[in-house]
Amino acid sequence: MEGTLSKSRGLLPWQQLRWLIRGKGAERMQALWAYAFLSLSVLGLFIFTILPIIAAFGLSFVDWTLLSPPKWAGTSNFQRLLDDGYFWNALKNTFYYVAGVMPGIAISLFLAMLLNQKLRFTTTYRVFYYLPTITMWVAIALVWKWLYSPQYGLVNWALGLIGIKGPAWLSDPSWAMPAQIFTSWWKGAGYNMLILLAGLQGIPEIYYEAASIDGANWWQKFRHVTLPLLTPTIYFVVVMTFIGSFGVFSQIYIMTEGGPGQATTTLIYYLFQNAFKYFDVGYANVLAIAFFIIVFVFTQVQTKLQKRWVHYT
Amino acid sequence: MAIATRGSYQRVSRATGRIILHVILLGGAVTMVAPFVWMLSSSLKKNLEVFHIPPTLIPAVPQWHNYVEIFKVVPYSRWFLNSTFIAITHTVLYLFVASLAGYTFSRLRFPGREAIFTLYLATLMVPGEVTLVPKFILMKELHLIDTFAAVIVPGAFNAYGVFLLRQFFATLPDSLEEAAILDGASYFRIYWNIILPLAGPGLATLGLFSFMGAWNDFLWPLIVINSENMKPLSVGLASFHGLYETNWPYLMAASTLALIPIIIIFVVAQKYFVQGIALTGLKE
Repeated sequence: MEGTLSKSRGLLPWQQLRWLIRGKGAERMQALWAYAFLSLSVLGLFIFTILPIIAAFGLSFVDWTLLSPPKWAGTSNFQRLLDDGYFWNALKNTFYYVAGVMPGIAISLFLAMLLNQKLRFTTTYRVFYYLPTITMWVAIALVWKWLYSPQYGLVNWALGLIGIKGPAWLSDPSWAMPAQIFTSWWKGAGYNMLILLAGLQGIPEIYYEAASIDGANWWQKFRHVTLPLLTPTIYFVVVMTFIGSFGVFSQIYIMTEGGPGQATTTLIYYLFQNAFKYFDVGYANVLAIAFFIIVFVFTQVQTKLQKRWVHYT
Repeated sequence: MAIATRGSYQRVSRATGRIILHVILLGGAVTMVAPFVWMLSSSLKKNLEVFHIPPTLIPAVPQWHNYVEIFKVVPYSRWFLNSTFIAITHTVLYLFVASLAGYTFSRLRFPGREAIFTLYLATLMVPGEVTLVPKFILMKELHLIDTFAAVIVPGAFNAYGVFLLRQFFATLPDSLEEAAILDGASYFRIYWNIILPLAGPGLATLGLFSFMGAWNDFLWPLIVINSENMKPLSVGLASFHGLYETNWPYLMAASTLALIPIIIIFVVAQKYFVQGIALTGLKE
């Protein structure tokens, strides 16, 4: 197909347009069909994604409470953001949560390496580890709220068995966030595990054989074969986990409602409160832009940094 | 003799190692399953029984009627139907839009193809949370607040599906449609009669993830749905929680039922889940 369809290539955009309007033949027909097929998808993408992205930036310069008409606000929304203690608190909480969730990747890597052994029942284990990942956050958050119940919850009962008096978890300002983080470990371990397992299975056996011939022990094999060759997968998992956990919402909404006090109010939860409790659309949107900038900067920094630690073969 | 001893020693240590691995993996599996077991166990207890210390795993008398009661105290069957309808229609629409666009990007040539596709990829760099407010305003302006359309339609145009299926279609050999082109078949017929039937595994993977995503989604429906009868299960469960804050048997019964469809689908179609995860993970 490549050879017969080359006429339109190498033309300038306006020449391509003229070719589309005036031209003849199968090639032009193919292009017209292509535009017809794409029209639905492009229209939808424009209305529901591209337009809202543009609007998100535009609206952040507007004062708008949905109850009154929008007013131009210049950069005052951003000024307000910088002076808003609740915003900084939400940002701090979000970083705390994200920093807590990240080490969970090590658990996933450990599990993936165990499942990569020639063992029986690995498929069965895989099903169990993956189960929390596929299930609804709202239902999961409900059962964990119940598990964390200070007096009647299973967690404190189990801790009691080994002589530890558990804290009040979700109603204790200093334990609420660790409890949220632990629940996220539990829920996300299986997902990252499967991705890392796929990465491990992509490492050619001959590297390990070569290392064995050189007399490498298991630690040397892990340090100098597995880890370097897995870095592309680890990089992917780190970036995806960061973006995913930065937007944490459902579990906060159900388990702690941002509390106790403001202890678990994260950025998106704070955005939700502003937009749909106080109907301060303009300000909520500024929070969304702040969210975007942080995620964007992080991924850019990661893309730069990865050149130092990610090995592509 | 010495060699034999060493051999059997190695065999023993390898067996021990394997047992240790199984113990660790089993411990992990128990941790993963325990909350589900606890959910099920609590759902079958009497309201006061859940506060019993020490907790019991097996309810004294299983309260199966908890599962009947939840249908009476809240419009649970309606929520369940809503979720089913939303998840199915969303998936069908998403698969149609994404597969047609994916086919076009992977099999047809036209001016601007690379530029348009780059635009698609660029939208994937913006997390959905960023556009939450503008999308809500858009729904309001379109008078779609509190309708199923608001929940079903916007997500169906996500560029991710287009990207995934384009990759999948690119693996199918060109020779497939050459004969059809010579026979004068239209491009739509090639897409519908040749490409789609061969794209089974790709469609199944995307379809499963889309169904699961729609079933479990919370934040977006929470924002655009208000009335009790329009709520999907996730939003319904949350409001149930607001009404019956400490009635754990009811809440756990409602949660258990909400999980069952997804767990059944997962067990039946496990292969495609694993495939999909591997596909997403290796796209870098």
